[in-house]
Amino acid sequence: MQLPRYHRLRRSFYRLEGTRCNRCDRLFFPGRRICPDCRSQDVEPYQFRGRGTLYSFTNVQQPPRGFGSIGPYAVGMVRLEEGPLVTSQLTDVDGVDLVIGMEVEMVTRKIQDSSEHGYIVYGYKFRPLLTGAR
Amino acid sequence: MKTERAVGIVGYGAYVPRPRLPAKRIAETWLPSSSRPLPVREKSVPGIDEDTVTMSIEAARNALSRAAIDPSELRAVWVGTESKPYAVKPTSTIVAEAIGATPNVSAADMEFACKAGSEAMQTAVAYVGSGMADYALAIGMDAAQSKPGDALEYTAAAGGAAYVFGPADRALALVEASNSYVTDTPDFFRRQHMHYPEHGHRFTGEPAYFTHIQGATQEIMSELGREAADYRWAVFHQPNPKFVHRITKLLGFTPEQVKPGMVVEEVGNTYAGSSLLGLAAVLDVAAPGDRIFFCSYGSGAGSDAFSLVATERLISMRDAAPRVRQYLSHRYEIREYGHYLRHARKIRMH
Ligand SMILES: [Zn+2]
Repeated sequence: MQLPRYHRLRRSFYRLEGTRCNRCDRLFFPGRRICPDCRSQDVEPYQFRGRGTLYSFTNVQQPPRGFGSIGPYAVGMVRLEEGPLVTSQLTDVDGVDLVIGMEVEMVTRKIQDSSEHGYIVYGYKFRPLLTGAR
Repeated sequence: MKTERAVGIVGYGAYVPRPRLPAKRIAETWLPSSSRPLPVREKSVPGIDEDTVTMSIEAARNALSRAAIDPSELRAVWVGTESKPYAVKPTSTIVAEAIGATPNVSAADMEFACKAGSEAMQTAVAYVGSGMADYALAIGMDAAQSKPGDALEYTAAAGGAAYVFGPADRALALVEASNSYVTDTPDFFRRQHMHYPEHGHRFTGEPAYFTHIQGATQEIMSELGREAADYRWAVFHQPNPKFVHRITKLLGFTPEQVKPGMVVEEVGNTYAGSSLLGLAAVLDVAAPGDRIFFCSYGSGAGSDAFSLVATERLISMRDAAPRVRQYLSHRYEIREYGHYLRHARKIRMH
């Protein structure tokens, strides 16, 4: 990932910040600057809670270039409790039987630790909800 | 040392990564025919996508959940560590951004071997105690490096804890007093170009760990007119169980007083995270009114001592985040030494 893009998107990457349309109340992740439903430009940042359920998943055995040091890994689609569907890596799943519908929570982890320019890319991933937590 | 304004811990949060390496995996690789007892049962190892930044973020989020404050109310984010992901670029700004504390906040990485985290705590107490800030976040976190085959490889672990300090009326535990005790001692060091640290063998025990913890403890006890028996619980830096048992005895504490905070058998030595993680485990079980003694140790060398008292509020806020015990049981065993080398970034790719 290019550094300027990573920097611009850091809040959505680090903490799952999206946007909310103030006219029709719709929530977006990733954030949108214009609401695709009502065309309103009255949108503001919205902090998602980071909880959801696993909607679908697959295993990536041959990661694309730049992700090799972290792979193989699982990728999932997560239905956030606020509504949007997010695609993300799954983590802390060694030895875990992934099941559609299981509860997951957002954590911030390394997505790339060896980009060609040497910086580390941190971002959201989802893991099975810690038992009994919160 | 005491502050002008009364200060307390208003939130705390632990983190221990899920992968664990049993000590016997190391022994069977390096000392296959030895029957010497192993220093700990197992140690925590960072996941393949974890480092001091990611672990600090989760501990900080846990601390903020218990503090029940908005992250924008923090005036400081300080991370004490000796395993910064970048040689040049602060760890603390990434953590501050991820938890939503930026931009009106101080941020810095603190360095002082294993007492970097408690140094951050001292500074946070001063920030709040002077009235400069209402809330300040101090983190002690490490993903400790050790030379393959070295004695320290059995214990060098990953994890730590985060503390939000704030005004006494919101405290889960009040800070009665704190102090620091340091000297120039060559017990453990790493030069810039070296990948793994070195220990100055003859300096590691008596003139280092024991002398500094005793110095800090005696000073704060005489300031407060207290003795070991006045405390319900005690927590020390935990490089291995042996050192902790010995310092406990030397200072007149009992094994019962240190038991709830003893995490080293299951986690190993989390360096700058060690004593802070132990304190989190004590706060997980302490009752209102319980007096808690805390003393860190960092090579180089020095100790920070804190005298704390748990409050009623601890009971109501404790369940707002996972306890240390939950992280300890959130565990995945690494079965091969080779997998561990990959997790711990000991295979140099370039
Ligand atoms: Zn709209």
